[in-house]
Amino acid sequence: MIEILAAGPGVTVQDAGRPGLARWGIGASGAADRASYRLANRLVANPEQTAALEITLGGLTLITARPAIIALTGARCPLRSHAPLAGSGVAFVLPAQTELALGRPERGLRTYLAVHGGFTVAEVLGSRSTDTLAGLGPAPVTPGTRLPIGPADPAAVVATDLVGLPEPEREITVRVLPGPRDDWTDVALLDAAEFVVCPDSDRIGLRLDGVPLPRRSGELAPEPMVRGAVQLPPDGRPIVLGPDHPVTGGYPVVAVVVDDDLDALAQCRPGDRVRFRLVRGVPSRW
Amino acid sequence: MLVETAAEESPLAVAAGIEALGIAGVEIVPAAATVLVRLAPGVDPEGVARRVALVEAIAPPARRLPMVVVDAVYDGDDLDDVARMAGCSRDEVVARHTGATYEVAFVGFAPGFAYLIGGDPRLRVPRRDAPRPVVPSGAIALADVYTGIYPRPSPGGWQLIGRTDRVLFDPTVDPPSPFEAGVRVRFVAAGAA
Repeated sequence: MIEILAAGPGVTVQDAGRPGLARWGIGASGAADRASYRLANRLVANPEQTAALEITLGGLTLITARPAIIALTGARCPLRSHAPLAGSGVAFVLPAQTELALGRPERGLRTYLAVHGGFTVAEVLGSRSTDTLAGLGPAPVTPGTRLPIGPADPAAVVATDLVGLPEPEREITVRVLPGPRDDWTDVALLDAAEFVVCPDSDRIGLRLDGVPLPRRSGELAPEPMVRGAVQLPPDGRPIVLGPDHPVTGGYPVVAVVVDDDLDALAQCRPGDRVRFRLVRGVPSRW
Repeated sequence: MLVETAAEESPLAVAAGIEALGIAGVEIVPAAATVLVRLAPGVDPEGVARRVALVEAIAPPARRLPMVVVDAVYDGDDLDDVARMAGCSRDEVVARHTGATYEVAFVGFAPGFAYLIGGDPRLRVPRRDAPRPVVPSGAIALADVYTGIYPRPSPGGWQLIGRTDRVLFDPTVDPPSPFEAGVRVRFVAAGAA
């Protein structure tokens, strides 16, 4: 059992989400920076899809009833704890009745905290993720929340010890595929422009400000949406849909971010700069 | 991959046609005039695109889906506005709304929120100019060609005509909602204020 003493701007339980239920109007949700989330689990010898905490801009303080093996990945927070080996990108033991406090990261937005055994809050539709838009899954984590921890796996072997964490950049370029509604704007302008991340960005969408893109007027019947879709509302300021996006939407999707670039985008915080680079066809990983 | 359906084709029928191809590793999601085909990692997009391009819309497989009957109280805050826009009385709005048989075109916006088509064309009304910050759970509402029922309290811009006590989304039961694309629905007036 871990007890939350302070929760900062936003903490939720996340796992790999509940994909495949869109026909019921249920979105996938799940960790926003999937690579950092999986790495945190690997560091504590969990299966990669084990539930962890997703912490927005630090501010979390917790205390554990029993000794817990913990790892932190993603945005690097200054740490305050009597745990002798506490650090980021490494598994460490948090002794019983010991506090761990995360300050505000200097760069990046989301930190992942995994514990060996995982957070065993109740599953909803096969996942422990909080879908902040649909209100599915566990309630957001607040001061006083007690989170159960699963049993230690005696066969688990920590195969990864210390890893270098990618340092989030204040300016990033992500690749986008044009369309399907690229005829609603001039996507060459999307490629040329620079945008700033707005403070009202959240797990539903990354809202961008900049020189508004021209947009054809009119309405579109509701269409299925995907994570990474670049929607263009009538005001010409793009929104990149996040893990808790609505399953359908009425704004035209003028481009879609290449899946491999979504984790870096999930670390962009208000004030960071984002550029889009148009690519044709999904680049192969092999 | 987004499949645009021709005006005379129903996205539901096109989705059924794609489903009938039996392609492994795809999720098929119909919407108002499009069908999303989501590919699992490693599935060849061009191969799928070639097969999907040749798909014929087929009638969805004849499943024994029960008709969903929704008990409705027609006392919504926008009932007068809807009557005015439709050029008829409140009672006639109710008569026209209960007189139609609807079909779930697709589920979107929120878990269990079904877009119902097949309503009386007189009741085709625009969304409200400004959305309400909170629409109560069970509200029955109109927008464009659709009827919808809000499964949980949420912001919403549709015109409210009534409400129901029926639970429309429960993640602890299987399936979590009585509504999926193709299900037919009727409304029965359980009393009007």
